[in-house]
Amino acid sequence: MATGQLFSRTTQALFYNYKQLPVQRMLDFDFLCGRETPSVAGIINPGSEGFQKLFFGQEEIAIPVHTTIEAACAAHPTADVFINFASFRSAAASSMAALKQPTIRVIAIIAEGVPELDAKQLIAYAKANNKVVIGPATVGGIQAGAFKIGDTAGTIDNIIQCKLYRPGSVGFVSKSGGMSNEMYSSIARVTDGIFEGIAIGGDVFPGSTLSDHVLRFNNIPQIKMMVVLGELGGRDEYSLVEALKHGKIHKPVVAWVSGTCARLFKSEVQFGHAGAKSGGEMESAQAKNQALQDAGAVVPTSYEAFEDAIKETFEKLVEEGKITPVKEFTPPQIPEDLATAIKSGKVRAPTHIVSTISDDRGEEPCYAGIPMSTIVEQGYGIGDVISLLWFKRSLPRYCTQFIEMCIILCADHGPCISGAHNAIVTARAGKDLVSCLVSGLLTIGPRFGGAIDDAAKYFKDAYDRGLSPYEFVEGMKRKGIRVPGIGHRIKRGDNRDKRVEVLQNYGRTHFPSVKYMEYAVQVETYTLSKANNLVLNVDGAIGSLFLDLLAGSGMFTKPEIDEIIQIGYLNGLFVLARSIGLIGHTFDQKRLKQPLYRHPWEDVLYTK
Amino acid sequence: MARKKIREYDSKRLLKEHLKRLAGINLEICSAQVNESTDFAELTNSEPWLSSTRLVVKPDMLFGKRGKSGLVGLNMDLAQVAQFVKERLGVEVEMGGCKAPITTFIVEPFVPHDQEYYLNIVSDRLGCSISFSECGGIEIEENWDKVKTVSLPTEKTLTSEACAPLIATLPLEVRGKIGDFIKGVFTVFQDLDFTFLEMNPFTLVNGEPYPLDMRGELDDTAAFKNFEKWGGIEFPLPFGRVLSSTESFIHALDEKTSASLKFTVLNPKGRIWTMVAGGGASVIYADTVGDLGYASELGNYAEYSGAPKEEEVLQYARVVLDCATADPDGRKRALLIGGGIANFTDVAATFNGIIRALREKESKLKASRMHIYVRRGGPNYQTGLARMRALGDEIGVPLEVYGPEATMTGICKQAIDCIMSAA
Repeated sequence: MATGQLFSRTTQALFYNYKQLPVQRMLDFDFLCGRETPSVAGIINPGSEGFQKLFFGQEEIAIPVHTTIEAACAAHPTADVFINFASFRSAAASSMAALKQPTIRVIAIIAEGVPELDAKQLIAYAKANNKVVIGPATVGGIQAGAFKIGDTAGTIDNIIQCKLYRPGSVGFVSKSGGMSNEMYSSIARVTDGIFEGIAIGGDVFPGSTLSDHVLRFNNIPQIKMMVVLGELGGRDEYSLVEALKHGKIHKPVVAWVSGTCARLFKSEVQFGHAGAKSGGEMESAQAKNQALQDAGAVVPTSYEAFEDAIKETFEKLVEEGKITPVKEFTPPQIPEDLATAIKSGKVRAPTHIVSTISDDRGEEPCYAGIPMSTIVEQGYGIGDVISLLWFKRSLPRYCTQFIEMCIILCADHGPCISGAHNAIVTARAGKDLVSCLVSGLLTIGPRFGGAIDDAAKYFKDAYDRGLSPYEFVEGMKRKGIRVPGIGHRIKRGDNRDKRVEVLQNYGRTHFPSVKYMEYAVQVETYTLSKANNLVLNVDGAIGSLFLDLLAGSGMFTKPEIDEIIQIGYLNGLFVLARSIGLIGHTFDQKRLKQPLYRHPWEDVLYTK
Repeated sequence: MARKKIREYDSKRLLKEHLKRLAGINLEICSAQVNESTDFAELTNSEPWLSSTRLVVKPDMLFGKRGKSGLVGLNMDLAQVAQFVKERLGVEVEMGGCKAPITTFIVEPFVPHDQEYYLNIVSDRLGCSISFSECGGIEIEENWDKVKTVSLPTEKTLTSEACAPLIATLPLEVRGKIGDFIKGVFTVFQDLDFTFLEMNPFTLVNGEPYPLDMRGELDDTAAFKNFEKWGGIEFPLPFGRVLSSTESFIHALDEKTSASLKFTVLNPKGRIWTMVAGGGASVIYADTVGDLGYASELGNYAEYSGAPKEEEVLQYARVVLDCATADPDGRKRALLIGGGIANFTDVAATFNGIIRALREKESKLKASRMHIYVRRGGPNYQTGLARMRALGDEIGVPLEVYGPEATMTGICKQAIDCIMSAA
């Protein structure tokens, strides 16, 4: 490699602060150029480690991810370029850390807004240690057919259009990153393309200057001419003027300094770039263009004439026989990313998941089409949220209030119930909240907690088939099934469950029809005649009233009601409610710092 | 990094506060700020020295040569100061070709003095240059040969040795004091991310350094580090730069977003308007209209970049279109929606906001006989350009669209030809 050449076809970089797109674009460029190794050796992402999957052509590769710059440099000693995508707040510190690594030779800083003082520290350190800083506030740079920094040169189409997959003869340097891409295209139109292009960034003090790069290009034999796009503000162009005057540059330089419009503004103006500020006469575009021309650069009369000036200079070199014809080749096709192809309408892909209850893609998440802010502003309750997310519709207030009552009534039933007991034992074993909760929930099933579901199922079946309470109860008995929702450990016919009474009163007052509940009461009347403890319990009351809610609200079709019962909505209600209690028990045990639970020997019957 | 001038009042406030913190030097200076909302009675309560001292008053508007322009009131009492301010507040003055009203004054104790020193610190690429002269004041330029300068590389600190050449010719009895002062000021300069600082002059009062006139510039990109140190700092616009309501709207939009949105009206009656993506390209479009000889028709400078959100682009484009279509005069106008070949900005996405604004302003565009020229490349440009073309057909406004195959500034010539053609 010639002195001053920064990159080659084997150059590898470390990429700081992982961004998927720029890295993938670098790898796509590599593939297009026919590089054998990917140009990104490793990624540094503070706080994460492992691998990042990316494409190298058709193939998927895993690029190592490191937590620290030091670790990455140690793991990839041949990677000598550091591409820094850190924010403006942290770019300076990470860049300095990278500069201090002996393996790093070149760093590119993308962030815009790095404080001047910090940039100056980097400049001083790089100068003292013979390293190169590109940026800050830049897109980076590119050596055609060899190595590309981050997002430089944009899309694959553009890279092909501008023939950046193979080297040409022009060295290009500009301040503006956006304009560098435009100029690659311009240069490709009128020459054999660029050999290398660098955007130094729009800051007042860029890490490396226009003249730094022009002097470098002067040493690279494949570069036959240089194109420079400067900008008003600052005096950077004058170091190029000096270099030209002192005969340090032996190749033609075509240069243009933009910003001739600044004189149209009466007061001081800050243009888009931080460094582009109208200052004294010396810093004006006109003065710089004049100075460059006087020093021997080819300076067009306007930007419009820039391309022609480049063309003429190149053609003269061709006439002089100084340009070696470029070996053209057709770059391989880069497989298109699925997302891009779908976006452009070229392909379609089936989805793997379907969702109908909520959508988080818009301005704010929606539950069944209702934005969350509306839910809060309208004072919706948990019952309303359940009706949106479970039933995909807004149920009337009397229904959602009933749902809330059910949750309140089922939230807990003391520490001795199997679910709570399990949660307590798990909490005392020192497990986390979720473990405690699920160990409790896992006991819910045919014997514990399933009664609401079953009650609804059997009552509905019996009622819909027109069975009399006698036929129903005796039929169940014949099948050896206890009637769910009937029977209580303590409550008796003359000492009804208070909760059942509350629910029944609510149903009778608010529901348009309570036919299922009344049927359950008839069943209870019959079972009470058999034994005094066969009362309608809270499970039976909820189950039957829920049937009335579904049938009486007029908001569900018959098949919908069957499905709701079939797929276990009522069990869901119980699980949801009881989670409140299980979480309570877990916190209770943790708060009380209860030790590991051990069941006493005395309480176990040891037997053969 | 962007260098922003701050008011003399703030320069002195920061210097006083941090010179004490960083160098243990106590500056005996007092300053008060006066503008149209100042209540002199209240001000005197918080700054009692105002009523017990003879005073100096001068505009604090980021321009110099105030003494030479007769804008300084010397040796006054508070009533005279109030009268001085009253006579000049809101009055337009012309400074360096810019005309604008005076809105802010600084009031300080009047300090009779003989000696006037000059101190200037400028940050440059490889360090800082520190200049000092014992012949400061308004004659500084005539005495430029007496100014001594040291260039301090970034990696070095300002030691007594480094400082010595500046003060070598000072009398022994003040040399140490002034040397310490220069070192202290330099520490403040570095610690607070100043990029420029000048005292012309400072003097000695009872043997202690005392800045009389001061200018400062801060690096506003360092704001995140200096939030507390700077306190409630104000970055006034350059003198003469008075924002119209539309410009201030965009300015406010720009401050709120991570993207960049710039808008300056050059000639409200201009017939060529621009809305260009990219800091580099936007300047070149304005250049090109000027280079082609039609600077007088250029309505504005406008730049958007850094991937603004669709909603931001919409708001931005609305304002540009309102200005571009204002006061139709029956003659043709042109709008350049330009840009280079983007590296990573999704062209279709940013165009969506512009398209929405164009659709909203259909009747205004027609009334002002607007011809629109679009040129852009970059990710997803095909979709963006196709949508633009479709919009032209939809709203029936003449609209030509070019991609990266065309030169970037070709549409400038077309726009000029269009507005200059008959009918």
